[in-house]
Amino acid sequence: MGKKILLEHINVPGIKGLEVYRQNGGYASVEKALKTMAPDAVVEEVKKSGLRGRGGAGFPTGMKWSFLAKPEGVERYLVVNADESEPGTFKDRYLMERIPHILIEGMITSSFALGAKTSYIYIRGEYFYVSRILEAAIEEAYAAGLLGKNILGSNFSHDIFVQVGAGAYICGEETALLESLEGKRGNPRIKPPFPAIAGLYSCPTVVNNVETIASVPYIVMNGGDEYAKIGIGRSTGTKLISASGHINKPGVYEIEMGVPVEEFIYSEEYCGGILNGKKLKAVVAGGSSVPILPADLILKTEKGEPRLMSYESLSDGGFATGTMLGSGGFMVYDESTSIVKNLYTFARFYHHESCGQCSPCREGTGWMEKILHRIVEGHGKAGDVDMLWDIQRKIEGNTICPLGDAAAWPVASAIRHFRKEFEEYINHPERIRDKMPVV
Amino acid sequence: MSKEIKFNEETLALVDKLMKRYPEGKHKSALIPVLHIAQAEFGGWLSSDTMDYVASLLKIKPIEVYEVASFYSMFNLTPVGKCLIEVCRTSSCWARGSEEVVKHLEKRLGIKEGETTKDGMFTIKTVECLGSCGGAPMLQVGASFHENLTTEKVDTLIEDYKTQGKQKSYTDLDYKNTL
Ligand SMILES: Cc1cc2nc3c(=O)[nH]c(=O)nc-3n(C[C@H](O)[C@H](O)[C@H](O)COP(=O)(O)O)c2cc1C
Ligand code: SF4
Ligand code: FES
Repeated sequence: MGKKILLEHINVPGIKGLEVYRQNGGYASVEKALKTMAPDAVVEEVKKSGLRGRGGAGFPTGMKWSFLAKPEGVERYLVVNADESEPGTFKDRYLMERIPHILIEGMITSSFALGAKTSYIYIRGEYFYVSRILEAAIEEAYAAGLLGKNILGSNFSHDIFVQVGAGAYICGEETALLESLEGKRGNPRIKPPFPAIAGLYSCPTVVNNVETIASVPYIVMNGGDEYAKIGIGRSTGTKLISASGHINKPGVYEIEMGVPVEEFIYSEEYCGGILNGKKLKAVVAGGSSVPILPADLILKTEKGEPRLMSYESLSDGGFATGTMLGSGGFMVYDESTSIVKNLYTFARFYHHESCGQCSPCREGTGWMEKILHRIVEGHGKAGDVDMLWDIQRKIEGNTICPLGDAAAWPVASAIRHFRKEFEEYINHPERIRDKMPVV
Repeated sequence: MSKEIKFNEETLALVDKLMKRYPEGKHKSALIPVLHIAQAEFGGWLSSDTMDYVASLLKIKPIEVYEVASFYSMFNLTPVGKCLIEVCRTSSCWARGSEEVVKHLEKRLGIKEGETTKDGMFTIKTVECLGSCGGAPMLQVGASFHENLTTEKVDTLIEDYKTQGKQKSYTDLDYKNTL
């Protein structure tokens, strides 16, 4: 059993409520930070921990925090990104639903470190019922003097509000999220300026993922050095993995970074192997945006070393033979899965979610969807695969925000590793039916 | 005749409270939450009258409301059934049979995806990943997630909404009691 930090108490009855949460050591980091630490000392511990953002990009959290501008007399904000719309990802929902106070605790402690008087949780609209759970937890925290004026008798005051979105993947991108929080369309901003300088209402702002902030209490209680001992190399700590697809035990698992992918897929502790005893065909390891890998390359790197669940190991080999840890949305496909049809669901997704500001993304995602649609419908043409390749190349790197790249990578990787399957579809449309998954 | 587009006192107080969550002069931030309330109150969709009303409440231009309402997929700009059945069609749900779920719903309700039953009770819509991939295939009605669907489960669900579920659907979002 690996170390558990976030889900250690998940099965304690009543852990959703403040009382039980506190009986299990909850809110100790607020006490410790507010009563015995200077804000910068908290930032220092987070730096030492090596914690990297859990929203997908893996940017070092302590470094991000130290970039926050602190002009005199200007508000600063912490905004928690609970948009969680990357296909395959559902860990933040699980955490917020089952143990909401860990997020609230992390927000208070982090806001103290950043000097933010107000913080917001931006949660996707479809998670409405989770927003109610958060509201209830926040209310409990106010009643216990953990939020509001002069928290626990200190000079630090803090308010937290929950903001519900309304269905738009792009609002997970941090500047689109800020636009949305300001009551506008979710159009990503051109950077710079970065949110650390001009974010919410043009004030310095830190945007962090739910899981990132929920990791802070442990770091404050145990010290950054202790946290850095967990995991492997520069992938410190634990990671929540959302596992779905053709596995026996879909769900959210907290892993210590460095668990072998093979163990994660086949052991009873985690996914429990492939559904119906079938063979593994492919895995999308970090949410829909990361490259898909065939079974041999997800289990072992090109050099033949066991692939591990860590930032470095998953990206070993670059995009030629590797992928990314991303948000930890781990989607598993068995031998009967059509990679082409699966890719079509992704292409349709990105086209649907493009905000439309940049032409390569707006038009390119539409073309890719259209071409893939005709291929899966049996009307593919010779040259379609090359055209798809060409389009994704023209999107990548040419857009305001990374959604364009995110739309390009699944297409590029599917063609790179499964080109024959595309050609089979185009040359033998009559065989397409057989490839559909049997329900 | 449709209901007059006007919140009651209680809802107005709530809108007021919402607007105070943001700094002085930044109350436009309340737009999305208020649109959710308006949609739940006025028939499950946003007519131009409803949007104009929201604009007047927040003291912003109607265009500022339209451009937001048209951007987000949870806002319906045309009428929908009382039970808006949103079936996830993205990868994990697809891999575990969402197409069968849609087909079954279409057969069962006698409508196609995107359509509403004649009695105005059900609309079928396919949507992108709802963050419930571990429970694939899944669908959402109102605030409720229904996971690990089978045709039997879908049938029971439809029966439930037909019988005791008349008030569920969009009002089960129950925005008023939480914000
Ligand atoms: C298209 C797009 C969607 C994103 N969606 C999310 C999301 O749902 N949740 C999230 O935490 N980060 C998401 N991100 C990453 C955020 O922009 C940002 O990097 C992150 O919230 C920072 O938090 P972290 O450093 O704690 O990971 C997305 C990025 C892009 C480009
Ligand atoms: S890359 Fe796509 S989603 Fe991002 S800003 Fe451009 S059009 Fe919008
Ligand atoms: S793929 Fe259906 S909920 Fe995520």
